[in-house]
Amino acid sequence: MGKFELTDLAEVMRSSVGVEEGVDLDGPIGEVEFTALGYDSLAMAEVISQINRRFGVQIPEEEAFDLLTPNAVVEAVSSRLVEAVR
Amino acid sequence: MNASAVGTDPVVTGIGVVAPTGIGVEAHWEAVLAGKSGITRIDRFDPACYPVRYAGQVTGFDVAANVPSRLVPQTDFWTQTSVAAARDALADAKIEPSALPEYSMGVMTAASSSGAEFGQHEMERLFTQGPAWVSTYQAVAWFFAATTGQLAIRHGMRGPAGVLCAEQAGGLDTLGHARRLIAQNADTRLLLTGGTDAPLCPYALLAQITNGKMSAVDDAATAYSPFSPEASGYLSGEGGAILILESRASAEERGITGYGSVSGYAAGMDPPPGSERPPALRRTIENALADAGLRPSDVDVVFADGAGVPHLDLAEAQAIEAVFGPAGVPVTVPKTLTGRLYAGGASLDVATALLALRDGVIPASGTVREAAAGYRIDLVCGGPRTQPLRTALVLARGHGGFTAALVVRRGEY
Repeated sequence: MGKFELTDLAEVMRSSVGVEEGVDLDGPIGEVEFTALGYDSLAMAEVISQINRRFGVQIPEEEAFDLLTPNAVVEAVSSRLVEAVR
Repeated sequence: MNASAVGTDPVVTGIGVVAPTGIGVEAHWEAVLAGKSGITRIDRFDPACYPVRYAGQVTGFDVAANVPSRLVPQTDFWTQTSVAAARDALADAKIEPSALPEYSMGVMTAASSSGAEFGQHEMERLFTQGPAWVSTYQAVAWFFAATTGQLAIRHGMRGPAGVLCAEQAGGLDTLGHARRLIAQNADTRLLLTGGTDAPLCPYALLAQITNGKMSAVDDAATAYSPFSPEASGYLSGEGGAILILESRASAEERGITGYGSVSGYAAGMDPPPGSERPPALRRTIENALADAGLRPSDVDVVFADGAGVPHLDLAEAQAIEAVFGPAGVPVTVPKTLTGRLYAGGASLDVATALLALRDGVIPASGTVREAAAGYRIDLVCGGPRTQPLRTALVLARGHGGFTAALVVRRGEY
């Protein structure tokens, strides 16, 4: 599967839960909290569920709710992909 | 008769329509006046293996253009049509919700099929791919209150909110209930009322067929022909209307006349099958007229429920005759052009009735050519009838015995 980057996350968000008007997912969003980007916990549950399916990782729901920024999600997914490769 | 009632009754100041007859109030109205039917062979899925193969389908509805991208994956087509209709109704009423106190606005919609197609899709994923593949939004998309909730969130309306489930009667109930809420709370300026429906997926159609009232006739033009010698049951359809019901004080303050007032309402429930007691419709009509302070002779036109099932048509014709006398009032059933839209059905009928009052023209009963012998009602057929109109009575009956009647009166006096 390889790497998981911010652009991968943005693609999942765009295709699975949509984008609020005025929000640019291609901008510098790494450290912006999801709530500020217009994504509530339900939206994030769906995003994490889609990532789990598409990238073959298993981030549990409880952990998903602690991932407050895009960078945190990228790190959580990337570290699991690295483990899977080892 | 009761001038004070008219003077304080809330008014419908905005209408949004998404229906098989057209998207937008005027497109719908033009199609209704022209007798242009929106009933076609179902193309959402292959209906070949179902006894019912025709329905009123909404065509040309661009979801991406009408629904914000964040809402699309969270909502069934039912809610999506309501989102578009509510936006149009607010624009029609010249209301910018963000400029009004959020607790002064509420939402009261009808629901019937609710998010059946969304639910079916997720059930399919559950059974074929597993629980991890079910959308998180299944939690909020399918259930009856989804549309009311999404509209309240979208427009920042934190006042009275609810959803009424009474099959085809629900649309009238939302207006009756909203009228009462406005009368009770001086702070309540307006509510989004009415509703839409989206019953055209295999699961939803199958559920409808079990009521035994649908038409299996293999002809789009005659399958749903209430009061007609050819009556064989009904067809269903999708879409409906959202209406803004606004307090008289608020509308006057804004200098808006509106389409007309909601001046009377009553609800009733039929006795159980096999009972000796009569159906609730006659009593419900009489109660609605009493609520409006009107006599039967004050009513200029009746928009009938038009079940399309002979014994139910007869019961309706008899109730109308009992109140108004033989052929005592023009009766029309324009819903033959859309099918019965359940939560959207009576909502759209109220919209159509208000447009009829506005233009002084009674639309014909769509594809129905004549009333069958034995129905002593003045069924408007063959073309619209132009005459001055002040007061319309809209009737609705929902499967299970739900009955409602609503009186609307023209806005300019």
